[in-house]
Amino acid sequence: MTGLTMDSDRIEAGVPVTLRINGVDHVLELAPWITVLDLLREHLGLTGAKKGCDHGQCGACTVLIDGQRINSCLVLAVVKDGSDITTIEGLGSPDALHPLQQAFIDHDGFQCGYCTPGQICSAVGMIAEGHVQTRDDIRELMSGNLCRCGAYTNIVDAIAEVALGEKRAKPQPMSGEAA
Amino acid sequence: MNRFDYFRASTLNEAIAALRDDPEAKIIAGGTNLVDLMKYEVTRPSRLIDITRLPFDAIETRPDGGLRIGALVSNAAAAYHPEVQARYPLLASAILAGASGQLRNAATTGGNLLQRTRCYYFYDIATPCNKRAPGSGCPAIGGVNRIHAIQGTSDSCIATHPSDMCVAMAALEATVNVAGPDGERVIAFADFHRLPEDRPDLDNTLAADEIVTSVDLPPTTFDDHHSYLKLRDRLSYAFALVSVAAALRLDGGVVSQARIALGGVAHKPWRSTDAEAVLVGQAPTTEGFVRAAGVLLEGAIGQGQNDFKIGLARDAIVRALEQAAAGTPQSQTDKRVR
Repeated sequence: MTGLTMDSDRIEAGVPVTLRINGVDHVLELAPWITVLDLLREHLGLTGAKKGCDHGQCGACTVLIDGQRINSCLVLAVVKDGSDITTIEGLGSPDALHPLQQAFIDHDGFQCGYCTPGQICSAVGMIAEGHVQTRDDIRELMSGNLCRCGAYTNIVDAIAEVALGEKRAKPQPMSGEAA
Repeated sequence: MNRFDYFRASTLNEAIAALRDDPEAKIIAGGTNLVDLMKYEVTRPSRLIDITRLPFDAIETRPDGGLRIGALVSNAAAAYHPEVQARYPLLASAILAGASGQLRNAATTGGNLLQRTRCYYFYDIATPCNKRAPGSGCPAIGGVNRIHAIQGTSDSCIATHPSDMCVAMAALEATVNVAGPDGERVIAFADFHRLPEDRPDLDNTLAADEIVTSVDLPPTTFDDHHSYLKLRDRLSYAFALVSVAAALRLDGGVVSQARIALGGVAHKPWRSTDAEAVLVGQAPTTEGFVRAAGVLLEGAIGQGQNDFKIGLARDAIVRALEQAAAGTPQSQTDKRVR
């Protein structure tokens, strides 16, 4: 298949690139200026990773490349030739959510949801890195993922449940009274 | 982003030759700064030379007992490496004070050295900037300059070097190994980055056709008495307004060696051996730290909005030295400054 679907990306000869994305091998020919984020969203229809700032400042585009959490907006796809990429679509399934996906639901770890795929991919990568021992560690090591709704408290709760095995009381449903 | 050619180098010589053949080409590794600069069209390379396949991704102990960090070692891999954590905790702490988990996974050691300033005017191609467009002027002088330099500025440029890692490497007196068409050479860390003078377009002394291959840390370690104290507008994931890498060796209650380097205040990590000499042979006291801070900040000039940095730097130097002397380095997780 070809990745050259956008007029602005048409070039005479693309760079051959092979990527395994969510377990599926893709043999592509790419313009060198296509970022991993644009490849996923604009060429492969994987719109889970979000384009927030497009400058590595918000973390909404975070995916796992060879197991490491990376800002996909700052990575040229040609440089990652041969890599194994996991996006939010590759974590869990609707019938069997990834534990972090379930925890974000249980703890209401979002409001608008735009940052959530990046938050979850980042948390998966962070836990695999193995440096989380406290909630302060979570806050510091997740600082590359912004949530403009300000759902941070519940995001930390969700991640703490998975990373630290914390059994915290889940939030109670809102009562009918005005907040 | 402009259109460009892409070349994946399979050997160092191939990469050097490609760089020599095309002055408009740029090296790409982690890409976290370069791709960003390309998106803003601050940089418009004709060609990218991908060096990510070159064998510069190892951390090795040197015969002299020092440590070599390959240019392609990620910031995360360097910070969490057992030898760096155990023997160069000042460096580990500085790296972990910078950027985010995602960026540290992608950004490389060589790229960190070579990252460009975050001066607003440098990034905004609608404005003049002597660093981006030599001779066009410096609107930061007399303009918006809260994040700008207080030491080593010139009439051409008041930008700062944004790295945390480099501040610790300067304090540790690392050396930078580079390779070019004429072979390899070693650059002392103090000589790698330069002051703007009348050539702010040149951030460092690397020749146009040279490539950084590794950084060597000397065998002298400061594993007992060190601290990296970074002060910024938010508690994480922000560039330093002022940062201090402080390291002391104490023998019988007397300072036998002292290192102090500042980040966020100059076009390069700011050190003064005269300031360090103030501390040597003395007991580590707050009074001595204040005197050393005075020497290190001698000649500091505010630009208006960044005047606060002079007092902030003085206080930060004293506090970081107190932390180092007490053996209680600043935590990069618990943000309280004790």
